[in-house]
Amino acid sequence: MGQFTPTPHDPDARGHFGPWGGRFVPEALIAAVDELAAEYDKARIDPDFVNEFQRLLKDFAGRPSLLTEAPKFAEHAGTRVFLKREDLNHTGSHKINNVLGQALLTKRMGKKRVIAETGAGQHGVATATACALLGLDCVVYMGEVDTERQALNVARMRLLGAEVIPVKSGSRTLKDAINEALRDWVANVDETHYLLGTAAGPHPFPLLVRDFHRIIGIEARAQILEKAGRLPDAVVACVGGGSNAIGIFHGFIDDLDVRLVGVEPGGSGLDSGSHGATLTAGTPGSLHGAMSYVMQDEDGQITEAHSISAGLDYPGVGPEHSHLKDIGRAEYFPVTDAEAMEAFALLSRTEGIIPAIESSHALAGALKLGPSLGPDGLLVVNLSGRGDKDMDTAVKYFGLADGGQA
Amino acid sequence: MSLSDVFSAARAESRAALVGYLPAGFPTVEGSKNHLRSMIESGCDLVEVGLPFSDPVMDGPTIQAAAEQALSAGFRVRDVFDVVASVADAGGRAVVMTYWNPVLRYGVDAFARDLAAAGGLGIITPDLVPDEAGDWMAASEAHGLDRIFLVAPSSTNDRIEMTANASSGFLYATAVMGVTGARDVVSSAAPELVARVREHTSIPVGVGLGVRSGAQAAEIAGFADGVIVGSAFVSAVAEGDGAVRALAADLAKGVRSAAATV
Repeated sequence: MGQFTPTPHDPDARGHFGPWGGRFVPEALIAAVDELAAEYDKARIDPDFVNEFQRLLKDFAGRPSLLTEAPKFAEHAGTRVFLKREDLNHTGSHKINNVLGQALLTKRMGKKRVIAETGAGQHGVATATACALLGLDCVVYMGEVDTERQALNVARMRLLGAEVIPVKSGSRTLKDAINEALRDWVANVDETHYLLGTAAGPHPFPLLVRDFHRIIGIEARAQILEKAGRLPDAVVACVGGGSNAIGIFHGFIDDLDVRLVGVEPGGSGLDSGSHGATLTAGTPGSLHGAMSYVMQDEDGQITEAHSISAGLDYPGVGPEHSHLKDIGRAEYFPVTDAEAMEAFALLSRTEGIIPAIESSHALAGALKLGPSLGPDGLLVVNLSGRGDKDMDTAVKYFGLADGGQA
Repeated sequence: MSLSDVFSAARAESRAALVGYLPAGFPTVEGSKNHLRSMIESGCDLVEVGLPFSDPVMDGPTIQAAAEQALSAGFRVRDVFDVVASVADAGGRAVVMTYWNPVLRYGVDAFARDLAAAGGLGIITPDLVPDEAGDWMAASEAHGLDRIFLVAPSSTNDRIEMTANASSGFLYATAVMGVTGARDVVSSAAPELVARVREHTSIPVGVGLGVRSGAQAAEIAGFADGVIVGSAFVSAVAEGDGAVRALAADLAKGVRSAAATV
């Protein structure tokens, strides 16, 4: 099965996964999302598009990414662990899959300008990269707080030719960057594509972002069969908006014996109220164009998420995850900042791989899940990104500059 | 009096209706009541009571800042009914303009019930299109409220027809592709959009986004049934109630000075 083959898990024509998803956007944007949906429907069955996308994944992004066994890390998990190495992709995370796909769609639509939101800067850097490659103008909206926390990524984007606009409204973080990108899109929709970075937003974004990331699961399934001779007991991925998780989950979604496990950012713990565990602790609502679980107060005002990982710091989640949770096909639980940082240090020390703090949540989830599976168990963990960008956080968290040890 | 009466009354005077917007709770709940009453006394035929929301994607900086101020001052969703009731008690007509999530959270039917009980006439829904409005269609029927959906310059003729059929009271035409905020000139897209709407429906059409002066109001009144003014009222609040009254009076004069085509 190819990554663009329609599946029984696709949304209905208006983008609904069960009661979730859809289009909760201003009428002014409907023409643009209709155009995008129509273009994607044509592109996904057009060999020229599919071949060009696959060529870029191979020759530019460096796919297929490796599947690496992590035996010393596994000793701490009490079960066998393989890592899907999205950290080895160009730009250092899974994000490149989606941006290459959407940038190609932008060109097909004859648009010349791309806008994007970014939190930690990974999606912004990936988007700026794809735009440089394909000759598109690029504007990235980034919360002012995040531009300060991630100054190096701001520099990377600017080096790649993108304009970075600090967003000063609201909480000045990712959700406000998305609001500002949507405002730009409404005003400039004729020549602009909004290159959304996660499997959320109005239809068709959750569908096409998922499809661009399905390559992760397709590769991982073939690789684990080759290396371990059987399917894993569970596939584990971190979930902020949920794009890397939905991409790897889909490779195994029809293998009903394979558990699909999403690990959410538990921040300082659910009781503290300071977290981003939308699926575990959120309630149904509409945010940024789709019905899904969201973090909100009793008045429906969206509350701020908190996580040590900027990439998981989002009060919403992709609608397909809400659906998978409801129907029981996937399960979701949180790990705290402290648990994620412990896993971050453990993988670095035991395997020589510094993971992104986002991906460290999935690793912490594997450490929790492993003992119940035992030594005969088998886990595939999506290592969605590398940790180079997180050194500043690690230095502060572990006191590494003062001779501290993680 | 229903919304269609508001527009028929204006038509009977061969003029467009003046619709003024202010967020509930801005600058305070009591303050918003006073300003909204002033807007009505000074010539607004209808007021839109905004419901402050944390993530207002259709709003420019002026209304964003007002919503943030209202929320930090402790605005609660239930306060909107209090503000609407105050307008209705003073003999004014009010609709609520709200992003959809607070209504979902309150409960679509409960919100409609409480709005109708407060004397409100309907809801303008900037991020709810008829395609997703099944619950709201049912609740508005049950509680006798009007549904004001939006059309934009980018709307296809099919969508204009579908949206007009789903709407009641009036149809909100956004004059520009963009967010709320005062602009210096009336967009050329507005008359073209209204003309397209007229081919599909006889429902009154209100035009908003970017209107701030009597002269602009007169220009829009030349081709639309209603002139909608928001950010300019929000800005006027900073200068005091006198400025709010003066703006309403200037706009009211504007909608009466146009050579009406309706």
